[in-house]
Amino acid sequence: MNICVCIKRVPLLGSAIVLTEDQRSIDTSRLGFTVSPHEECAVEAAVQLVEEHGGTITLLCLGPAAAVEQLREQLALGPDRAILLEAADEVEPQATAALMGAAIEADMAATGAPYDLILLGSESADTAGYQTGIRLAHRLGLPAITNVKGLAVADGQVTGERAVGSAREVYRAPLPAVVTTKDGLNVPRYPSVPGRIKARKKAIDIQQVPLPAGVPAGAPAGGMGPRMEKLRLIVPVSEAKGAQDLGTGDQAAARLVEVIRQIGVLA
Amino acid sequence: MSKVPASARCVVIGAGIVGNSVAYHLARLGWRDIVQVDKGPLPNPGGSTGHASNFIFPVDHSKEMAQLTLDSMAQYQEMGVFTECGGIEVARTAERMQELARRITSAKSWGVEDVRLVTPAEVKQLVPYIDETVILGGFYTPSVGVVDSLRAGTIMRERAMALGALTVAASTEVTGIDVEDGRVVGVRTDGGDIATGCIVIACGCWSPRLARMAGASIPLTPAVHQMKDIGPVPRFADAKGDIEYPIVRDVDTNMYERQHGTGLEVGSYAHRPILYEPEDIPSNAEAALTPTEFPFTQEDFDLQDEHALELMPEIVGDETVGQKYAINGILSLTPDGMPVLGETPEVKGLWSAAAVWIKEGPGVGRALAEWMVHGESEIDLHSSDVARFHEHHKATEHVKSRTAEGFNKTYGIVHPAEQWASNRGVRLSPYYAREQALGAVFFETVGWERPFWYEANAHLVEKFGEAVMPRTAEWEARWWSPIINAEHLQLRQTAGLVDLTAFAIFDVVGPDALAVVQRTAMRQLDVAVGKVVYTPVLSPSGGFKSDLTIMRLGSDHFRVVTGGAHGMADRKWFTDQIAPGEHAQVVDHTSAMTTLGLWGPKARAILAAVTGDDVSHAGFPFGTCRIIEIGPLRVLASRISYVGDLGWELYLPMEQGARLWDLLWEAGREHGLIAVGIGVYGTTGRLEKSYRAYGTELETEYTVVEAGMQTAKVKEQDFVGKAAYLAQRAAEPVAILCSLTVADHTSASGEKRYMLGREPILTRDGQPITDAKGRRSYVTSAGSAPSLGVHVLMSYLPPDLAMVGQGLLVEYLGEQYPVTVAVVGPTPLFDPSNERVLG
Repeated sequence: MNICVCIKRVPLLGSAIVLTEDQRSIDTSRLGFTVSPHEECAVEAAVQLVEEHGGTITLLCLGPAAAVEQLREQLALGPDRAILLEAADEVEPQATAALMGAAIEADMAATGAPYDLILLGSESADTAGYQTGIRLAHRLGLPAITNVKGLAVADGQVTGERAVGSAREVYRAPLPAVVTTKDGLNVPRYPSVPGRIKARKKAIDIQQVPLPAGVPAGAPAGGMGPRMEKLRLIVPVSEAKGAQDLGTGDQAAARLVEVIRQIGVLA
Repeated sequence: MSKVPASARCVVIGAGIVGNSVAYHLARLGWRDIVQVDKGPLPNPGGSTGHASNFIFPVDHSKEMAQLTLDSMAQYQEMGVFTECGGIEVARTAERMQELARRITSAKSWGVEDVRLVTPAEVKQLVPYIDETVILGGFYTPSVGVVDSLRAGTIMRERAMALGALTVAASTEVTGIDVEDGRVVGVRTDGGDIATGCIVIACGCWSPRLARMAGASIPLTPAVHQMKDIGPVPRFADAKGDIEYPIVRDVDTNMYERQHGTGLEVGSYAHRPILYEPEDIPSNAEAALTPTEFPFTQEDFDLQDEHALELMPEIVGDETVGQKYAINGILSLTPDGMPVLGETPEVKGLWSAAAVWIKEGPGVGRALAEWMVHGESEIDLHSSDVARFHEHHKATEHVKSRTAEGFNKTYGIVHPAEQWASNRGVRLSPYYAREQALGAVFFETVGWERPFWYEANAHLVEKFGEAVMPRTAEWEARWWSPIINAEHLQLRQTAGLVDLTAFAIFDVVGPDALAVVQRTAMRQLDVAVGKVVYTPVLSPSGGFKSDLTIMRLGSDHFRVVTGGAHGMADRKWFTDQIAPGEHAQVVDHTSAMTTLGLWGPKARAILAAVTGDDVSHAGFPFGTCRIIEIGPLRVLASRISYVGDLGWELYLPMEQGARLWDLLWEAGREHGLIAVGIGVYGTTGRLEKSYRAYGTELETEYTVVEAGMQTAKVKEQDFVGKAAYLAQRAAEPVAILCSLTVADHTSASGEKRYMLGREPILTRDGQPITDAKGRRSYVTSAGSAPSLGVHVLMSYLPPDLAMVGQGLLVEYLGEQYPVTVAVVGPTPLFDPSNERVLG
């Protein structure tokens, strides 16, 4: 089976977030980047499905040129190739889905090999819009199962499990389909050194993104569409917590019990 | 509410391995009211200590570094945080095998026991997961180990606290340092202010930022060292401890691999230099991991993956072994690769303890604390002294370019005379264009471009034939030319002109100038105006702090001339000797004055040709100085010699130097004057004459008596180190500085080999020699004595071996050569009665 996994380059954050001067984005000048945990699970799921059923995995990413780093990282885990839709600026979810949908259609036309399954994380780790997966499914006219923590493919059908409180919802859809994954779906593997060496030779097709439909002329390339504008970000004020030293040895034990009572673990 | 005490005897900023060690040793030496602050939490505040690989290889070509490392290992062992596992540096090339043999000699010189070269098969036995077919051999050090540096830090803090000496304030950030009249008076923190006259900056890669708060400079740069941990490794599944196999340094690829529990840690110094500014480092809260664990950049490690795979295919090539952790770890690098220790020359009471690695951390902590408490450390720290830097060294471009160049030499094969390629041409003497025209080959000393020899003198090699002692082996012919020896021989026949602009020159002036120089110098300085005094400068315990010349130019005016390399530290030392209330000043003329040396049998005739002043022996005796007129120039001439021939050092303002050169050059034409490089001045000329040099023969661990430099009488006036010096004179020395000659240079392959210095001197049966103070005998300096046709080695020897004619061995690149003691003490090998100098 042929699987496409969509990933996004997101900043690797510490406990404090610093915003840029215009308050519209995170200051990443001193940060590294990664992909969201949900997407790591999507890649792992794809690798396992191909191990089970055979097939190929293509990674798709919309992001800056530097996102090649994340693509190589994920290619080291087993996917075969990658497509980077290069966009200097952040792209809102509607445009993202449009661009990705177009890229997937173009890719399938070019290779003649349609995708059986398109996997995404349930939401990105930075903007957490929860939109791209469902919008992409709509754009491609495919069924979608979202937020799955269990995934299986058999007999031309995909089965996805969602956690709802303590219960599980199980959905089944015919392939091809779009599935968005949640952290916890599986335990993603670490890249091996041989995997990394192979990844260096795998193809990454870098495409400049055209302006998506609906974006007025004059708007920045790949920029926000007209239907949604980000005004500013606000870092929630967290109360200074600070660790409390309960002491050491026997003394600490009694105080520890007291704390456990206070927080209601012990009656 | 303030989190910190309002005042302290000393504030140690930083709770990494260095800050913890300094705090502990200060407490151990009796200091109290020590406050330690760190902006991060304990026990891992987020600096480089927290992500260090924590292994220690004791062998280093630098004696200072080897001593600090050995002391640190002993301290880690005492604290119970050292796990011995052994370590192997493997060679992939023949050149590296030679380097490993050289490391054996350094081990023997500095007293690291039990090291040996091993075959690929022996490496395989020790490290069964290595592919021994890619290596030619290895250098095995069984005493290599891994430490728990965080635990060591905690132990040291706890010990200091148990002594009632230390208050620790974690998560407390320094926001400012207050300085009044050039002296620290306080530290501002976000937890309150602390009044103090003593601050130690032990902030690793943040140190430059802290120094700037006080107007001082700590020239280092945060730099990336990449490492990754892969695992779990099936072979290590049953690992009981942190480490059970020897650590492998794959030095030809600038990498290391070590078992770490069930994983394998792979580290690299092979990637491009990735340098930062302290301001680029995120806060503890902003950082995804700790502030100094930067995100790993895989593209910089791609080649290293392949190298690791080559060497350890069983583990690295296993597709089930994943990369669990990988970082661009930040560490501190300096432009010359050595730490930055000591009181800053800019601000009194502000101490630097920066650019220190885990392997030397506790040793540095002890040495710095001794320096702070006693005024000197047992281990000589002159190569690490923060005062060593000249102004241009502090420029960011210098720091960045040299650290970038040095980074990939971390495991490199670095020739002892190897020159830097970056940031050259910073300090040019007035003779530079003339020297270039003569084909000068320039070596750099503290920024100055100094001719080491002149290609224009190449024809002299033919003239002197075999007497230039040609070298056929590449290693000792590297950074060397037979022209040096040819220039030497020609100078001895006619005369040589030597560019000495790199000298550091500073004046001590003022009503109390005499008192200051008397206190600082061992020899009598209350001499007539116009006298030149060559004198040792002693540390409080009577070791060598320096050796230099002082000219008395007036009743309250002394001019100090000293080597460029150590000049700034000397300047600080003199400045520090000015007692409170004394009226004296140290004024630096280094960049204002230039020096030309004119020596040789024809020197007097040449000088007489350009001056109307009396330069006859009677009119200008040895050991005197005065202003003479040379053409339109007024030149301070000083009749001394470091090359063993008649002549003068000529000092004048920098801008007039070229004119002096031209006048001497013109007058010297008929006398056979040649330009002579530093190869003669610094090595061949002085070694023939048994002249000692600071930093090689003269260090704080040796005494004036051992160096054979004691005077007939001790001056009445007090001076630093006097009591110790008197005691040294009263006792028999346990080592004596000797000059040895190599009896047979022929190696096993039949090639003649020439030692370069720092090699071990061994007994005739090949055993290391240790004196009663536990110091090994090693070659302090080595070089040709062309006038005598011998290769000279200087070495301290115990008295029972310090006998003329005594046969010994020297080990060089894996072979042992017979040597003979030629001179015991300071008597020159060449012209022992000094007729040429005094004539």
